[in-house]
Amino acid sequence: MRFEGRAWKFGANVDTDAIIPARYLNESDPEALAAHCMEDEDSRFVFDARPGDIIVAGTNFGCGSSREHAPIAIKARGIPCVIASSFARIFYRNAFNMGLPILESSDAVAGVSEGDTVEADLSSGRITNLTTGAVFSSKPIPPFMQRIIQDGGLMGHIAKAKEKE
Amino acid sequence: MGMTITEKILAAHAGKEAVRPGDLIDARVDVALGNDITAPIAIEQFRKTGRKTVFDKNKVVLVADHFAPNKDIKSAQQCAFMRRFAREQDLTHYFEGGNAGIEHVLLPEQGIVLPGDLVIGADSHTCTYGGLGAFATGVGSTDLAAVMATGRLWFKVPETVKFVYSGTRRPWVDGKDLILYTIGRIGVDGALYQAMEFTGETVDTLSMDERFTMANMAIEAGAKNGIFIPDGVVETYVHQRAERPYRFYESDPDASYKDIVEIDVSGIEPQVAFPHLPENVRGIRDVGKIPIDQAVIGSCTNGRFSDLATAAKVLKGKKAAPGVRLIIIPATPAVYKQALTEGLFDVFLDAGAVISPPTCGPCLGGYMGILAEGERAVATTNRNFVGRMGHRKSEVYLSNPAVAAASAVLGRLAGPDDLGVLY
Ligand code: SF4
Repeated sequence: MRFEGRAWKFGANVDTDAIIPARYLNESDPEALAAHCMEDEDSRFVFDARPGDIIVAGTNFGCGSSREHAPIAIKARGIPCVIASSFARIFYRNAFNMGLPILESSDAVAGVSEGDTVEADLSSGRITNLTTGAVFSSKPIPPFMQRIIQDGGLMGHIAKAKEKE
Repeated sequence: MGMTITEKILAAHAGKEAVRPGDLIDARVDVALGNDITAPIAIEQFRKTGRKTVFDKNKVVLVADHFAPNKDIKSAQQCAFMRRFAREQDLTHYFEGGNAGIEHVLLPEQGIVLPGDLVIGADSHTCTYGGLGAFATGVGSTDLAAVMATGRLWFKVPETVKFVYSGTRRPWVDGKDLILYTIGRIGVDGALYQAMEFTGETVDTLSMDERFTMANMAIEAGAKNGIFIPDGVVETYVHQRAERPYRFYESDPDASYKDIVEIDVSGIEPQVAFPHLPENVRGIRDVGKIPIDQAVIGSCTNGRFSDLATAAKVLKGKKAAPGVRLIIIPATPAVYKQALTEGLFDVFLDAGAVISPPTCGPCLGGYMGILAEGERAVATTNRNFVGRMGHRKSEVYLSNPAVAAASAVLGRLAGPDDLGVLY
């Protein structure tokens, strides 16, 4: 799987309250959540992010609460992939379970500026800054995890597996 | 080679002799928790598995505490959805209304989680139960759904960092200060993916409540779990509550640790975490003159009886400063009742406090004390992220209950010493 998109750059410790503030958690409709994605972190994001854009952030992305609403909001906003220096543990798990691919690479984060066009290849872990030509590596996503993403998340994956039984 | 308490509990639940950090294991879960925010998604996901009933109706616990009593129509819908599921599945442990309290205070109090258990909860502060010597960690709703269906979940065995606390605590320094200090020292990702094991002579002097407070905030350092080696204090707490067998595990002397952090507590003053991260801590003498609009005493971190008793000791015979809203939230109905019968409510009401029913309320910016633009609160909660308690341009300062109470009286960040209250 590979994605290509414009980078939105964020700092370290972007927490789940920044990704989707708790005041909007009285519902779980993905589109409703997407409308407030990153609202408290960068108010331009809700208006200006385009489907296909990629989030590039510093260390500990997604720290804070266990809310799956966070990866759901990002995915429903049309963001195909998040690249960060590191991810908070629960967010990491949730992202894959929700079918949102994420890649860890401090080098890529340092070598990408806001607005650059970035290409991410999950199988090889290769991240390319198409604006500057710089190439970075990250841990490849194993095939079974890619299948979870393709099936739209863990539950979709389990349901597919059941169909085959 | 020996194992840590975390490794031993994981190994036992995976049916293995031994596990090592980095091992991927499939383990049996003793208790699985959801709340009114996370359970609705988990229930929808559970339906997708095609299963009709949960794996064990005694082991799936649902608590309406975040936006309950229902704060608006949407949260009422979520609670109703969860209630229907709890009834349909005939869950033994379903809490709402006058039975409900903040989940992480309620579950240990009700004897639902016990030492040696493996507990997952679709709430990041599930790590609280490490205070009992259980392995407890927060997961997302989909992981909760998988456990509701199968009673099992995959885990990666974490590396453990041992924290050794020594020395005598100063007056007004409690478990909250020790954990805030620790997070200040290692940072909000200082224990990312790791187990934090809290040990040392000072830890032996901590009450059960204080241990819960410390384990509760392990997640604020990025940890997978926080854990204490259970002792007599834990035994006293659990023995009348437990309705099933439990087991005390301890780390082997030759267990291996990623790191050992030694902390001498004798120099630590009450700590305050400044906006907007729990790692921005300062000693109370270094906070400067910071006026506050609100003081909140409650939450799964510091809403237990001893926390309210400490606040009452500071507030006795005093009033909250004009213009400061003092909000006190007993964490569970039992805490509420004890505070009432032991006369704490008189002290609080005379101080001009608002006493809330047990709920998460303002802790996550839900309701019952939301901050306006530019407002500042001191709170005994666990997170001070941007917008956590209300407006994006409001601020939260985290402290222990004594500091929150003293600050309410003086109208600015302050410790009980500034008020002249004797410990
Ligand atoms: S009191 Fe606050 S931190 Fe604790 S469970 Fe409720 S919202 Fe979460």
